[in-house]
Amino acid sequence: MSTPFYVSPQQAMADRAEYARKGIARGRSLVVLQYADGIVFVGENPSRALHKFSEIYDRIGFAAAGKYNEYENLRIGGVRYADLRGYTYDRDDVTARGLANVYAQTLGTIFSSAGEKPYEVELVVAEVGTEPAGDQIYRLPHDGSIVDEHGSVAVGGNAEQISSFLDQRHRDGMSLAEALKLAVQALSRDTNGTEREIPAERLEVAVLDRTRPQQRKFKRIVGRQLSRLLEADDAAVTKTDDPSDEQPEE
Amino acid sequence: MEPNTRSTGRLPAAFLTPGSSSFIDFLADHSPELLPGNRKLPEGIVEAPHGTTIVAATFPGGVVLAGDRRATMGNMIAQRDIEKVFPADEYSAVGIAGTAGLAVEMVKLFQLELEHFEKVEGATLSLEGKANRLSTMIRSNLGMAMQGLAVVPLFAGWDEGREKGRIFSYDVTGGRSEEHGYAATGSGSIFARGSMKKLYREDLTEQQATTLVVQALYDAADDDSATGGPDLARRIFPIVTVITDEGFRRLSEAESSELARSVTERRLEQPDGPRAALL
Repeated sequence: MSTPFYVSPQQAMADRAEYARKGIARGRSLVVLQYADGIVFVGENPSRALHKFSEIYDRIGFAAAGKYNEYENLRIGGVRYADLRGYTYDRDDVTARGLANVYAQTLGTIFSSAGEKPYEVELVVAEVGTEPAGDQIYRLPHDGSIVDEHGSVAVGGNAEQISSFLDQRHRDGMSLAEALKLAVQALSRDTNGTEREIPAERLEVAVLDRTRPQQRKFKRIVGRQLSRLLEADDAAVTKTDDPSDEQPEE
Repeated sequence: MEPNTRSTGRLPAAFLTPGSSSFIDFLADHSPELLPGNRKLPEGIVEAPHGTTIVAATFPGGVVLAGDRRATMGNMIAQRDIEKVFPADEYSAVGIAGTAGLAVEMVKLFQLELEHFEKVEGATLSLEGKANRLSTMIRSNLGMAMQGLAVVPLFAGWDEGREKGRIFSYDVTGGRSEEHGYAATGSGSIFARGSMKKLYREDLTEQQATTLVVQALYDAADDDSATGGPDLARRIFPIVTVITDEGFRRLSEAESSELARSVTERRLEQPDGPRAALL
């Protein structure tokens, strides 16, 4: 019987982290930005059916980059967690902070247990407040750490570059159209600095809109409303919320 | 509840196990004690507040669901302003008669079931699917119904496939039947149904349909002591909801008070309400 090689814990962890990061980097990046009336999720996604963003609970949204089956699993776990908690206590007792903690513990345990392969995912959990000051955005990398973010956040392959691009240009109180355009601009920049066009059909956009009258604030922006927002002049953008476009989530 | 979540902070395995899109199925696996149907039943009959009359009527373009506000316990009024009509989701609503506590819990679970399915699957259930799901939930309550804790809902919604409003009524065993035109459930339902039978037409406008259900509730309250009429002194008016292709809408207090007042005012002149032609 051969003797197993000794691998130092530092080395083992570094290898696992690199494995996870490489997996995440293969996927496309996505960004989450605060705007005046809420939080907008923007990503490039050729699929209409397999979503990167989704609703977890009334005010809480979920975004993920990386391996689809792994983050889908976490997403459903989160929906179950939130629904069970809301059913047992009250709808107000479901918070993004609580959910982010559970995700962090879950990812952390998986990352550091030798028997499991680390998840190749990076998550964002966001909760829209009644006021912009109440918005919360948490970024959860593959290893189970939590980063409390403000303004804008990018995850996925090219995240660092996109983040620094956004940090320089994002400001508080942007309109939805402004924030959306900034997000698309950030996503269209390749690693070498060249820009490419992302057509509207390849964009997945969703918002947590605090002005929605419904209890559930998550809404996908598709079709005409999306193209109108992308085309809108910055001056005339705030009036885009035509009630006839209010469509319930599919 | 959630013992694992608390001890390790990590999502328990059950949360991450692929399974059905039903919240009730998930509860049955993970925390069966939280399901109303799984509770141990003590011997004997329990006295609890009962909700009374729910009425519904369709009109071209939608459906109206309304309920009075009274809950009774025996011959006593337990609550004057109970709410018995709830949105189930964006395009459907449920009104409940029967044991109030259980019924409200059932509605909460039903709402959650529809919402959970929608979030997990990314698509809503069909109206037929929603109606069937409610049927299963009532069936699981049969044990309690046998002890007098029955819940009998009325379910109404906008069917996007067929583009019309539809009404489903239930019996305590979960038996489901689709009602055409109008329906009522609860202790005052016999009187409400008689009233609507005479007043209902297929070409009602939304405004007329809401008036129709308030007339029916007035007639139910007139003859059934367990049904409450509009309480003008305390400003407690029936809850009237409308579901169209634009979704669920509950009439504001101003709208329902206006409706209830005009019906009541006409009854001051004609206590038995509008009359149908003899032939």
